[in-house]
Amino acid sequence: MPAAADGPGYYGRPIVKPPVWTWEIPLYFFTGGTAGMAAAIALAAHLAGDPGAVMRPALRLAFLGGAVISPALLVMDLGRPRRFLHMLRVFKWQSPMSVGAWILFLFGAAVTLALFLTEWSLRPGAPTTLASLRTVALVAAGVLGPVLATYTGVLIGATAIPAWFAHHRDLPLHFGVSALGSAAAALELLGFRSPALHAIGLGAAGVEIVLGSWIELRQHGPADAALREGHPGGLLRGSGLLTGPIALVLRLIGAIPWAAGAFLAGALLGRYGWLAAGRASGLDPVATLSAQAAAGRQKWIPRQSSTRT
Amino acid sequence: MTIGEGLVSTNQAHHTYVADGVTVGFFTDPTVCIGCKACEVACKEWNRVPAAPAGWTGTSYDHTGALGASAWRHVKFLELGRPPDPTVSAVEAEDPFRWLFLSDVCKHCEHAGCLEACPTGSIVRTEIGSVLVQDDVCNGCGYCVVACPFGVIDRRPEPLPGAGGAFKCTFCYDRQVAGLTPACAKACPTESIQFGPVEEMRARAQRRVGELAERGVRDVAVYDPVDTSVGGVHAIFLIAGAPSSWGLPPTPEIPTVRLRTAWTSAVLTAAGALAGSLAAFLLT
Repeated sequence: MPAAADGPGYYGRPIVKPPVWTWEIPLYFFTGGTAGMAAAIALAAHLAGDPGAVMRPALRLAFLGGAVISPALLVMDLGRPRRFLHMLRVFKWQSPMSVGAWILFLFGAAVTLALFLTEWSLRPGAPTTLASLRTVALVAAGVLGPVLATYTGVLIGATAIPAWFAHHRDLPLHFGVSALGSAAAALELLGFRSPALHAIGLGAAGVEIVLGSWIELRQHGPADAALREGHPGGLLRGSGLLTGPIALVLRLIGAIPWAAGAFLAGALLGRYGWLAAGRASGLDPVATLSAQAAAGRQKWIPRQSSTRT
Repeated sequence: MTIGEGLVSTNQAHHTYVADGVTVGFFTDPTVCIGCKACEVACKEWNRVPAAPAGWTGTSYDHTGALGASAWRHVKFLELGRPPDPTVSAVEAEDPFRWLFLSDVCKHCEHAGCLEACPTGSIVRTEIGSVLVQDDVCNGCGYCVVACPFGVIDRRPEPLPGAGGAFKCTFCYDRQVAGLTPACAKACPTESIQFGPVEEMRARAQRRVGELAERGVRDVAVYDPVDTSVGGVHAIFLIAGAPSSWGLPPTPEIPTVRLRTAWTSAVLTAAGALAGSLAAFLLT
């Protein structure tokens, strides 16, 4: 039927709303992820007897990122920042935003306690009875931390934004690996070198190459075109090169600070790239229609979080 | 039969749906809409929705553009060609051009993406089955905005009153508690917007399709995606042509259908990162 209306859909207007989030959110994805994985590194180092003495600096990094900077960024992004405590009013499994707020809160508490008890235990005359509490806090931070780094992939993957939900399976892996590499790179840039951090850096760069190629090769047509086109495409491809091949090659030739710097820059750019791609694809009705058509009928419908009042 | 079924219209009568817990709905019929935008105005006046800066869109007479934080009803102006009717000679055929209007609104989904996404519990399901944002609870996190498959809810920008919070159609919950019809349906001069128990609205929409088919209008359909994960809507529309040309997604899905896969990936990645870090420290 010939339609006088121009453009696809209704006059080419968006079908879904693009994200309203500003610069704080991608920066939070970066700081929260790095902090979370730093706590995982601290726990791993502790369990292995802390060769190279990276446990304390990793814990400090986790505290700074996870208990200071990240909560501040999240509060700043709210439309009504003074109501930030409403985030802890309820707990909802169905909302990654709710689960994530609780993870960040619990992680912040655990990492603060773990750092405090670690620093205290090094003072002369400190009571030894708190050692087990310190271990509990460290384990809690080390287990919640990696989830703090990966839940952000669920957060944007389980939305109506086509470029995001087309990759809802890849995003948590991508964000998690990027965060793990960032935590190792940040510690190395701060001057803490250890063969283990180097190995983590090599592994993260390797997985990023595979994942980047996978996303590049397994295209979803117009649904995720924003990942390759224009400003977001440039950000994401630049990020992929920096965290993947460039970081790997620099590491293999022994330029570790450069490799670490490249990985961190790439990881940060990538978070901004994903937000920009989400905005572009949300504004594109062709992306929305094609992504919905490609996804097909969903068979699994989750339990609803609320019934009639 | 007359539009809105005349004397049996449920639009204007006092009702007790809230007290009785009856799930209510809208049925919006573009074949009788005259594009007067009285619904938009009535909605703004009753709900004190601020005037949002509007520009000339250049798209027919639609200058509202889209549903959003400060537009809870939106009359769409669609210019369509009519498919040729082979039983009518070219001389007798009507003008093939069709100018249709449809008053769009929040769908009050059976399974609502915004409600599931809301981390504060600000968005709730009411006893009449509608989806309501409690403004005094909303902290403006913006997650409902990307969770709506219809692009309805949005965060209101500065410097408008209530800025920072998420807003959408309330289904005039305050009016309904008092037994009144929602402001848009009350104001609609042609009863293009009909209001009543949702099952009655569904039946009425089906009857209207049959009625139009008898008169030779065969390309109309009911928009009510019951076979998707949204599970149907409480604001039902009659549409001509493809849903997408009305800006309505043919297969809307509630974003929570992707939670299981995404969380599996997140938890496995987290476990792998911890195990990988431990291996790195133990093996090097």
